Amino acid sequence: MKTGFWKSIITATLLVVASLVNAAEPIKIGSFLTVTGPASFLGDPELKTLQMYVEDINAKGGIKGRKIELIHYDTGGKAQDAVSFVKRLIQSDKVDLIVGGTTTGDTMAVIPDVEKEGIPFISMAGAVEIIEPVKPWVFKTPHTDRMAAAKIFEDIRKRGFTKVALISGDGGFDKSGRAQVLKLAPEYGMTLVADESYGNKDTDMTTQLTKIRASGAEVIINFGLGQAPAIVTKNIKQLGIALPVYQSHGVASKTFIDLAGDAAEGVRLPAAALVVAEQLPDTDPQKPVLLAYKNKYEAKHGPVSTFGGHAYDGLMIAVAAIERAGGVDRAKVRDEIERTKGFIGTAGVFNMSPQDHMGLNAAAFKLVEVQKGAWKIIE
Amino acid sequence: MPEQLFQFLVTGITVGSTYALVGLGFALIYNASDVVNFAQGEFVMLGAMAAIALLGAGLPLPLAAILATLATVGVGLLLERFAIEPALGASVVTTIIITIGAAIFLRGIAMLLWGKDFHSLPPFTGDAPIQLGGATVLPQSLWVLGVTVALVVLVRLFFNRTLIGKALLACSFNRAAAQLVGINVRMMLRLAYGLSAGLGALAGILIAPITFSSYEAGVMLGLKGFSAAIVGGIGNPMGAVAGGLLLGVLESLGAGLVSSGYKDAIAFLFVLMVLFFEPTGLFGHKAAERV
Repeated sequence: MKTGFWKSIITATLLVVASLVNAAEPIKIGSFLTVTGPASFLGDPELKTLQMYVEDINAKGGIKGRKIELIHYDTGGKAQDAVSFVKRLIQSDKVDLIVGGTTTGDTMAVIPDVEKEGIPFISMAGAVEIIEPVKPWVFKTPHTDRMAAAKIFEDIRKRGFTKVALISGDGGFDKSGRAQVLKLAPEYGMTLVADESYGNKDTDMTTQLTKIRASGAEVIINFGLGQAPAIVTKNIKQLGIALPVYQSHGVASKTFIDLAGDAAEGVRLPAAALVVAEQLPDTDPQKPVLLAYKNKYEAKHGPVSTFGGHAYDGLMIAVAAIERAGGVDRAKVRDEIERTKGFIGTAGVFNMSPQDHMGLNAAAFKLVEVQKGAWKIIE
Repeated sequence: MPEQLFQFLVTGITVGSTYALVGLGFALIYNASDVVNFAQGEFVMLGAMAAIALLGAGLPLPLAAILATLATVGVGLLLERFAIEPALGASVVTTIIITIGAAIFLRGIAMLLWGKDFHSLPPFTGDAPIQLGGATVLPQSLWVLGVTVALVVLVRLFFNRTLIGKALLACSFNRAAAQLVGINVRMMLRLAYGLSAGLGALAGILIAPITFSSYEAGVMLGLKGFSAAIVGGIGNPMGAVAGGLLLGVLESLGAGLVSSGYKDAIAFLFVLMVLFFEPTGLFGHKAAERV
């Protein structure tokens, strides 16, 4: 009788302690990013953003009293490394969900594992093929390349041009963007008169542009990332080609303007509102979110880019979903991510659904032009 | 069409001259030690990045360029003293692997120092394109071309006309024999690394306004420069320049006349063919292994 009493006391104590420990156990968010390598200018701000906001959330007491633990690996832009890191995240680190995948290549490579294991995954890569067809566990936060191409074509149509020359790089983003341009051109009544490519580490594209000059094109579209589009822009000026130039959202950072210099004047591109946050009207619901992120990032790390914003959006959507799900049950979190409605992020207002695992519409893109070395909204 | 063709050629030559300039550095160290220095591309990157950083710190361009070159020479000497010299008796393959390690190390240091962004250097004499017939060139490309020619002449004179140059060559032919006739082999090796680091840095500073630079820029430039050097016959400075120009023109013609998607494939196919039929390169010494 007496021992039975003590036993039950001990058991009860243990249970209480166990539940306390359980409550304090951190929520594990896994990430794999391209922090080094050619796409490091994407992955670097993404990692900084994740670290900054995880620290921030933890300082404010975490999610319902549970701290977040960020576990991250650098893929260096190698898809095969991304696959093994994601396996490690799922199997040995036992993370609750994954926010990562800087490039389309990395993201597409890990999708089979993510789907097989059934773990919520929010990607920061651009290509539309990530969410089309819809994969149950895969979400993404950046605009798609199809939206970018559509935005560009709308503006070209407005200006009354029909003959388009395309020049693109050889990376995953470039190729996917090229495919969207080829697909959408007929829908907007455009004829593609040239379709040139270059290596992303090439240092001179005048040969391709000479061909474009002879093709009778009225506008030039360049789909690319990194320094190559800046070289293309400089080469266009060098050859004295006076056609309007469109770049993709892949160059929406100050670096592009710095590298291309004078040649960047007049270049138009679709970009997330983040690069022109100050120019938005005060009534824009996105403005406070954008300025808050921008100021916080710039106070610590220097000039902001839209790429880090994708990480902010991904992390915040995940955190909100975990809060609503009341825990880290994978299926519940997945459902809650899918129910994200009216979330104001840096890329736009997200409204996800079972058919749409990104949730952004065309309004999320602003068409900007480089004027006097700065981005200017031209709508 | 002829007008287009002319632009393709001009582009090829300007791109090729950057490869040639990088290839020259490979030739120098190879001549002194029979080793292919895979950190050569990193010397190029260091020169460019250091010049950009110094310019950013407010120094005038010529001074920044000189200091950056000297700093890179210093790095070359340190590399030789602390990585190559301790392994002096080791095989050529071991030394080559050491240079690969050094390249990765230098890239890492550059990343920590200057971050991962691309940076640009202003062109030396403006960027108003110059019309050449139907084609256009940037003034900076003429700088690259001019300096390449000047350096080739200098390097050639150095190896053929000066005692030090000949001593350097002697070290690569037979290190023991060179030592026996009183050549300070260690000193020669240091000289070779210092010189080729300086050459690389100069190349980097000249190229940076056209191609931009980042901590990783040395990888691709090193690869192309190396291809140029082996096509021309490694160890032959003239060969490196010819190889570089050939590679550049082939890439440009491949992109212009065939397809831009295959331009690297066309150029590298050519490199393979050369090595297949002329393993010592187009202008290399025929295998003269003295027994």
